[in-house]
Amino acid sequence: MMSLERVSKYYPTRGGRRVILNDINFCVNKGERVGILGRNGCGKSTLLRVISGAEEPSSGVVQREMAISWPLAFGGAFQSSLTGLDNLRFICRIYNINFDEKIEFVEQFTELGVYLKEPIRRYSSGMRARLSFALSLVVDFDCYLIDEIIAVGDSRFTERCQYELFEKRSHCSYIIVSHDVRAVEQYCSRAAVLKSGVLTDFNDISKAYDFYLNEV
Amino acid sequence: MSNSIDLSKSLNIHLRVIKALVMREILTRYGRHNIGFLWLFIEPMLLTLGVTVFWHYTFQNHEHGQNISITAFAVTGYSGVQLWRTTAGRCINSLLPNLSLLYHRNVGVLEIYFARIILELAGATSAFVLMIVIFIGLEIMPPPEDLFKLMLGWILLGWFGAALGLNLGPATEINELFDRIWHPISYLLFPLSGAMFLVDWLPSKVQSLALWMPMISANELIRSGYFGDVIDTHYDIVWLISCNMFLTITGMFLCGYVGQRVEHE
Repeated sequence: MMSLERVSKYYPTRGGRRVILNDINFCVNKGERVGILGRNGCGKSTLLRVISGAEEPSSGVVQREMAISWPLAFGGAFQSSLTGLDNLRFICRIYNINFDEKIEFVEQFTELGVYLKEPIRRYSSGMRARLSFALSLVVDFDCYLIDEIIAVGDSRFTERCQYELFEKRSHCSYIIVSHDVRAVEQYCSRAAVLKSGVLTDFNDISKAYDFYLNEV
Repeated sequence: MSNSIDLSKSLNIHLRVIKALVMREILTRYGRHNIGFLWLFIEPMLLTLGVTVFWHYTFQNHEHGQNISITAFAVTGYSGVQLWRTTAGRCINSLLPNLSLLYHRNVGVLEIYFARIILELAGATSAFVLMIVIFIGLEIMPPPEDLFKLMLGWILLGWFGAALGLNLGPATEINELFDRIWHPISYLLFPLSGAMFLVDWLPSKVQSLALWMPMISANELIRSGYFGDVIDTHYDIVWLISCNMFLTITGMFLCGYVGQRVEHE
């Protein structure tokens, strides 16, 4: 289980303190697939970073009773001056995993070929997404945090994600953040909407859509 | 019982993360080209060698130091400056290039600073040891008299640099002003750090003032260890350790403060 209790997050800006997350209570149980809908810049990525522990909340408590991944996003988690393989090596070191056993999987999943030995800054966003997923699948997490990036892959990549994440690891939880209703519809069983720092939880996914679409 | 297991488990994670960061830092800084990580100690060695050559020719007419090896005096002095000054300086602005790694929960601000500090201490120490061994082999300078004292001084000076870095790193994140003023301060501290003189050579009024500088005590210890009874040294180990402890505590506090406020792109 993972839960947020009265979590708030502010950033200081020139115009004063800006509230990104305002007193959020939220809970994800093991095996649940939750979508979080929100417009660009509404704080979805910040929410994922707070859930993952990459950022501390300004107030409130985050409880993690399962192994939660880092946010799988375009940026973050990698050192772009290092190669794909070096990044795999780093991840293996910090999560205490045997590097040699995982190379083959990463090669197969990413299909990056010789690019695995090139610095990540030379990758396209599709390539980064592939590597990002592969590296997070190397670590056995109970809960994956996915920030938009399923959307960038081609159909082949989407199929692979579908298989590796949602079929092979169907016991895992997922929190998928998106501005796109279709992505949430495809992968999630529950949805919440983040707007003006407030997270509204819906048990019924269609009610979440109505709320999200009508708030425009 | 379970507390001690938890503690050793979390210590293990910290050590694992720091090791991974050190390996990564070596790769990003030196790459896999030409001599790679050897630059880690060749760089400080070249600097100290240059200074040693200068001092070798300029110190010959000096009223002091007739009874000691100028080469050994330069090597013990400038290596010490390399040790504390570069270690502290390396912590400046070290968060931004590593920001993406903070996505991993086990990687914290403190680990990032520790990795840089360890690498810098290792580089300066290997350069110091290598130069001593080479110069003794070439019979340019005598072997150290009291290895324990030499090591004690070196370790306390390294600790001082590390603790200073733990303050300087977070301080520059809080306000870039600290980055700007560190450069002039670090240059001004060089002549005041005891690298170029012995406290004994100073006028007696100034001697007690000099011992307020923690680096001077450490340098005197290093020299005392190297030259033995040939020279008179003055140091205050209690004051040096107190300064180190104080800086370590404030540094940890500042790291925690900055860690709470890290902002990602």
